[in-house]
Amino acid sequence: MVAPNGILARTPAAASDLLPDPVVLFFLLGLAARLARSDLRLPEALYETLALYLLLAIGLKGGVELARHSLAPLLPQLAGALALGIVIPLVTFGLLRSAGRLPRADAASIAGHYGSVSVVTFAVGMSWLATRGIAHESHLALFVAILEIPGIAVGIALARTGAPGRIAWGRLAHEVLLGKGIVLLAGGLVIGWWAGPDRIAPVAPVFFDLFKGVLALFLLELGLVVGRQLGDLRRAGLFLPVFAVAGPVAFGALGAWVGTIVGLTPGGATLLAVLAGSASYIAAPTAMRIAIPEASPALSLPAVLGITFPFNITLGIPLYHRFATGFAP
Amino acid sequence: MTLETHPRKLLVIIAEGALEKSLAEDAMRLGAQGWTASDVRGAGAHGERSASWDGDRNVELKIVATQAVAEAIARHVLDTYCRDYSVAMFLTDVAVLRPEKFR
Repeated sequence: MVAPNGILARTPAAASDLLPDPVVLFFLLGLAARLARSDLRLPEALYETLALYLLLAIGLKGGVELARHSLAPLLPQLAGALALGIVIPLVTFGLLRSAGRLPRADAASIAGHYGSVSVVTFAVGMSWLATRGIAHESHLALFVAILEIPGIAVGIALARTGAPGRIAWGRLAHEVLLGKGIVLLAGGLVIGWWAGPDRIAPVAPVFFDLFKGVLALFLLELGLVVGRQLGDLRRAGLFLPVFAVAGPVAFGALGAWVGTIVGLTPGGATLLAVLAGSASYIAAPTAMRIAIPEASPALSLPAVLGITFPFNITLGIPLYHRFATGFAP
Repeated sequence: MTLETHPRKLLVIIAEGALEKSLAEDAMRLGAQGWTASDVRGAGAHGERSASWDGDRNVELKIVATQAVAEAIARHVLDTYCRDYSVAMFLTDVAVLRPEKFR
């Protein structure tokens, strides 16, 4: 009795489960335009503005949600997230050194990129869940701000153990902690938490209602950027491109598992998996460039931007959701 | 009536955006009295940098100073940054009107 109806009802849902979010098409448009050598180019000031908006909007959303809940249940989740932020770069470094045979500096720099997180991948994940009406804990925005840091710190420490060199820790801390990523995310969280759902209403049309449209524009620009990185992939060898897909899938599975253990809903565990599987291309590249000058950005950026980012926003997010629903009790 | 001018050096450093703060601080520490920075894009031995996102930014730093100071900064940049970063640098003669600003 149930089976035929169940199958009929489930088939379209299961198929759309694996489709990327419509905003991803904007990314593909940018990518195609770049590969076809179109002269499409977004002004840098617009890129900066869109990035600023996304960071602030994600922070505000998280802050408003935090205001609704008590903070105590967050502690084990926070511990789980931090553990991911430390384990992922260590595993990445080990793999790149042993199987990938990369020099210490390059392996450490790439480990830092993968240990840190991508805010835009997270935003696409949120959008993907919202399109399907899947609930998630919005305070995960807090984890985005917190998870940016440990991966970068572990990467730098890995580069410097056994190869002592001078690091201007003060400047580096300033760069990472007061970079726009942390300032806007944390600032948005505080403002959203302080204002709460009612008092945030006057700014909600700008920051919440327009979110998807702005994300679409930003992804158009990222498509152009990624198109440029693809050319550099030829020099990266074979191991790194394979790692740039296999690594995130393994880390995503780990993130979904940890998320389930610390009590997140399948939607929340999906987002933690997205964070675990994503790699930073805003905070990490600058920090790594300053801290590990001898590491080549021509290796890390094509892997992070050319492969991992497109993989995550197209195939990765639906896959991580499968992991999360699979682990759910 | 001709304007009275004073010879100085203009040091132009074009480098990765990540270096902007360090370069400006080092220049001031080595005796420069000021600097001017702008975002630029271009291509060179390290490939093309189109300034379209954070990791792809280039900065051009201009410093007018006495020959001794300009050379000290240039030497410091050569020793400290040129091995690992993409840097282009050149010196030209310039004439300034207020010499006390560029000692």
